[in-house]
Amino acid sequence: MGFFDKFFTKEKEEDLDKGLEKTKTNIFGKISRAVAGKSTVDIEVLDELEHILISSDVGLDTTIKIIERIEERIARDKYINTKELNDILRDEIVQLLSENNTADLEQFAPVTDKNPYVILVVGVNGVGKTTTIGKLAHQFKKAGKKVVLGAGDTFRAAAVDQLGIWAERVGCDFYSKGMNTDPAAVAYETVQYAMNNDCDIAIIDTAGRLHTKLNLMKELTKIKNSIDKKMPGAPHDVMLVLDATTGQNAIEQATKFTLATEVKSLALTKLDGTAKGGVAIGISDQFKIPIKYIGVGEGIEQLQIFNKRAFVDSLFKGSDTL
Amino acid sequence: MFDSLQDRMESAFKNLKGEAKLTEINVAQSIKEIRRALVGADVNYKIAKEFTDKIKDEALGSKNVLKSVKPGELMVKIVMDEMTELMGGQATGINIKGNPGIVLVAGLQGSGKTTFSGKLALFLKEKKSKNPLLVACDVYRPAAIDQLTVLAEQVGCAVYKEPENKNPVEIAQNAIAYAKGHSHDVVIIDTAGRLAIDEKMMTEIRNIKSGIEPTETLFVVDSMTGQDAVNTALAFNDVIDYDGVVLTKLDGDTRGGAALSVKYTVGKPIKFASTGEKLNTLDVFYPERMAQRILGMGDIVSFVEKAQDQFDEEEAKRLEKKIKRNKFDYNDFLQQVNQIKKMGDLKSLMGMIPGMGKAIKDIDINDGAFSKVESIIFSMTPEERGKPDLLNMSRKRRIAKGCGHNIHEINMFVKQFEQMRKMMTQMSKGKGMERMMQQMQQRR
Repeated sequence: MGFFDKFFTKEKEEDLDKGLEKTKTNIFGKISRAVAGKSTVDIEVLDELEHILISSDVGLDTTIKIIERIEERIARDKYINTKELNDILRDEIVQLLSENNTADLEQFAPVTDKNPYVILVVGVNGVGKTTTIGKLAHQFKKAGKKVVLGAGDTFRAAAVDQLGIWAERVGCDFYSKGMNTDPAAVAYETVQYAMNNDCDIAIIDTAGRLHTKLNLMKELTKIKNSIDKKMPGAPHDVMLVLDATTGQNAIEQATKFTLATEVKSLALTKLDGTAKGGVAIGISDQFKIPIKYIGVGEGIEQLQIFNKRAFVDSLFKGSDTL
Repeated sequence: MFDSLQDRMESAFKNLKGEAKLTEINVAQSIKEIRRALVGADVNYKIAKEFTDKIKDEALGSKNVLKSVKPGELMVKIVMDEMTELMGGQATGINIKGNPGIVLVAGLQGSGKTTFSGKLALFLKEKKSKNPLLVACDVYRPAAIDQLTVLAEQVGCAVYKEPENKNPVEIAQNAIAYAKGHSHDVVIIDTAGRLAIDEKMMTEIRNIKSGIEPTETLFVVDSMTGQDAVNTALAFNDVIDYDGVVLTKLDGDTRGGAALSVKYTVGKPIKFASTGEKLNTLDVFYPERMAQRILGMGDIVSFVEKAQDQFDEEEAKRLEKKIKRNKFDYNDFLQQVNQIKKMGDLKSLMGMIPGMGKAIKDIDINDGAFSKVESIIFSMTPEERGKPDLLNMSRKRRIAKGCGHNIHEINMFVKQFEQMRKMMTQMSKGKGMERMMQQMQQRR
């Protein structure tokens, strides 16, 4: 265990020192270390690369995919210098993130002729749905939109209050029927409220639920259907909120939530921690759903538009020393 | 898309079936599968490697010792033993001695601290006959205090809060003084979620701990956490030197990869497993059972214990008599259904039965599975429920109308009930099992 002691302690010191920067430089910082002292890419380097990607939550399948692509390139171009490895990796990861063929958002607020534009927010327990909704509403408001938040989490203790406090903070409208009411009815009536009060955007919160709970997933489908009933074609966006600290289970979550509600976008939260964010690469690869927003802190302003290039570029930051 | 750890392990061992003995080659093969399974289940990469290296040595070293055992079984045993050891050997209890006993709950945002605090309060109240006081020290997240208050109400215990006070150290200290004056023998302190790299917040939790000197400090971990679990567990351990770990959201389909990582890295025992939305879904953590569950060997002990919690011995004896006399009726059946329902989520219950986990993975089982059966029985008259033989065609037609199912469904249910009754009677007469097997084979 001696070796691991050292390994982890070192890791942790870096975590505490660098904070957010660590998240971004992590993968490629480690790669730099892995290839230092080697002038060509050999099996050992690729092995080390595999370890690094996996321990950044990229996931086994995606890691193998990346490695295979690099191996192909090595076979094709023969002696690749390790200094070129970063460029190749950048290429491969940008490509993986681009495979869902969607452009990154240019602004927070949706460009749409739908009025109101209805967003249904779903996810497992504790990923930060309500907080993300609050921050999103703030951005929409700043963009001059009239927003209503629908308190569809009628199950978790005090969830309605929590969303209500956010609505107050943001200064937007709030629709609630209280705790232990039918969430499908709340969703329906929130859309109705938005129509009657000229809201541009309605964001509907839902209770966190594990994707393995069949009944609760069926409830989500019902919520979605009841929105569609009030406004055919709505919800226009079904946003799955994922916690960046989650491991490979995030992919399972995306699968099951998509089955229940046809998830159209992702928000990745808690990227300000030590979690590596590798899960984003895995999901974009295995799931053709775009990541729209990332959460980087608890503050009201700490929500950013996800940008593939910037994300990958920032991953590479710090590896230039190679 | 991703198989559960359990499935992968099963397939790894399937490779070994039919092989006469453990060899370098077949061990290496299954070791690779096991390692992939562990990594796929979010066990830290380095830990998975070290763990499987150890398994490999064990497996190859023992091939001459146990010639009679099948290699697949031997491999399962080795993995099982190692994993149990890694996860902490014997079960460890919670220390709530003192006047009052003080439990401090800490963890990342969204790991489930507040819900766990509520569950722990109920657990201590019901299983340890304590009078807990829940303390709301999350002064940051909107409505966190309300959330704890609502949970306290549901548990039926007291809550201590100071909505105007933004100093959690003070609140915690005041709460302890309050507990002493109001005969609360345990204080559970819920704190705000915090990131391990947030120095200000980590200093705060350090101050809370030194300000109240808890008898038990618990670190709450979301069982779905990925590779980062190791970093967070270490960072929190450095700052608050916790006594134990709580695993939450274990009712999902991640099989506790984070549990392995955390236990291995910090060496602190995992004390509780939280497995559901209902407040009574908190289990003491048993390393061996967890290992069994991960390895697809089921968790029959938990299953039996859950059953024992609900079933009353007197009642069981009465039932046995009835079965022996072939007097088992629809009332008894309904009662059984209700008891099973009380035990909790049907699917997780079935998953505890050895071998069932994989079989039911993709099958829809929900708690409404019984509703059809119930509606049929509820449409019977009390007399019919007590005397199943009364049911004739005209009665069945009436029942069909009453419950809204068609007559075929009624017939099918009645037939199933009769078969079940027959089997139960046979089994209770001892020689049953054998004859039942014969019957089943004939039926095929």
